[in-house]
Amino acid sequence: MYSRTYKSLVSLPPLLWVGLFLLLPYALMFAHSFWAVRDGFVVHQWNLDNYKALFTNPVYAQVLFRTMRIAASVTLFSLLLGYPLAYYLSFHAGARKELLYQLVIVPLWVSYLVRGYAWKTILGSDGVLNSFLQYFHITHEPVGFLLYSPFAVVLVLTHIYTPFVFLPIYAALEHIPRPLVEASEDLGASPAKTFLRVILPLSMPGLLAGATFAFVLSLGDFLAPLLVGGASGTMIANIVQSLFGAAYDWPLGASISACILLITISLLFLTEHLEKRWSFK
Amino acid sequence: MSATNSFRRAPLLTVYAVLVFAFIYLPIVVLILYSFNKDGVGGFPPRHFTLDWYAQLFADGQIWDAVLNSLIVAACSVALSLTLGLLAALALDRAAFPGKALFRRLVLLPLILPGIITGLSLLMFVVFVGAQLSLITVFLGHGTALISVATTELFAGLQKLDRAQEEASLDLGATPFQTFLRITLPNLKLSLIAAGLLIFTLSMDEIAVTFFLIGRDNTLPLEIWGRLRRGITPEINAISTLIFVVSVVLITIWFRIRSRSIGAEASDFLERP
Repeated sequence: MYSRTYKSLVSLPPLLWVGLFLLLPYALMFAHSFWAVRDGFVVHQWNLDNYKALFTNPVYAQVLFRTMRIAASVTLFSLLLGYPLAYYLSFHAGARKELLYQLVIVPLWVSYLVRGYAWKTILGSDGVLNSFLQYFHITHEPVGFLLYSPFAVVLVLTHIYTPFVFLPIYAALEHIPRPLVEASEDLGASPAKTFLRVILPLSMPGLLAGATFAFVLSLGDFLAPLLVGGASGTMIANIVQSLFGAAYDWPLGASISACILLITISLLFLTEHLEKRWSFK
Repeated sequence: MSATNSFRRAPLLTVYAVLVFAFIYLPIVVLILYSFNKDGVGGFPPRHFTLDWYAQLFADGQIWDAVLNSLIVAACSVALSLTLGLLAALALDRAAFPGKALFRRLVLLPLILPGIITGLSLLMFVVFVGAQLSLITVFLGHGTALISVATTELFAGLQKLDRAQEEASLDLGATPFQTFLRITLPNLKLSLIAAGLLIFTLSMDEIAVTFFLIGRDNTLPLEIWGRLRRGITPEINAISTLIFVVSVVLITIWFRIRSRSIGAEASDFLERP
């Protein structure tokens, strides 16, 4: 029913804009990763040295491994917090459902920075938590490992991504036809069995989407480590950020970014494929 | 199922849900509490109530300059990403063209990609074409990255539209442009407002992309970031509390509008089309 003109008028402007300001910049990042720096300038000399450096210098592998471990922990903890919360809202919250849903997404709107900062004031050696512990004589000295550690990074990122993980899981749970659950109960399955055999498989696409979100976004995070990570909590994106700043080696930084981008895109393809397999629609 | 009934049936789960809520809200509560604490951001319990930090904040010209910068960038980003997001949503909904699947993935990529990737790519692009970093480059970054949000939200709105009205309009002799202005756009009004509010808030808070595209003039998050590096003061708690209050007001409005525009599907927030 829509004319050819209509179709081109709606598709061309976003197509051109996205091509110019997204596709071209991403392509430029890949191009940079094959370039070099000479005397403080980026020169367009095609080579593989950046990638060689990434694979031979153990520091990068070490930090990447740490980053993956942090991202995996964040994903796991966000699922452990987000899934039961979504399940509670969808199946047990009754009339309070809508209000509680709103309560979960409010923090999503509250600035990342504000929440990271709040944790910093809580975890510091003269912070709220340490003063609290000493006030009630639970400890006598400030507990040092709370701030500036991988633990702090995992805590802050889990706090930030729990609502993100909650959302797709909740949407998936809400779409489960209730008669299926009732049928399972009527046919004598225990609540645990109903959950494992009916609810969990049907909510798998949402779970995968949430887990991908948490993992991928944590993988490329550089702000939480800067705020609460300290030296032991440095992540791969911090190396990129310093290479683009003080260390000034854009091509090397671009090659790490290209790796993050490739990991992200392969994960997206993988989970999309898995989501389709689990989807019952 | 009544509330008390569900509590009896799943007491452990209810307790767990309460604990998760406590975890989510703990930092926010602490933040607000200590913005009124005379002795600064640490220490337990907070003892002396004061409004001094707010007074200091309101007298702080630098912060308000940054707020103004953020407002300008956010308003322009809303205009840009809503326009292009609406077109992209229409294209995904109604047009078939070569590379459509790739286009969809590309538009939505900034939604799932870490901000540092998008920010750095745009930085390289800006330097490559020889432009200067300024609020304009920040706007370019926000506007482009947030097309993803506009597209998902407006696509959801379009799916709910009654096509018959547009068909009737076209059959009765209105031009496609008249039909767009008088049928499609008014029907999408609520979705547009809801998406606009969301994009506005996201732009006001954005830091990962902004970090690499900022020139001499700071946005509010970058101004706060700069101060955090120099040390923490309850003035930051005060501005954060204000940001929180504004966010809650905006989200409450957003939620009402969104439930009215796409109804029961409102739980599919930011679902991929």
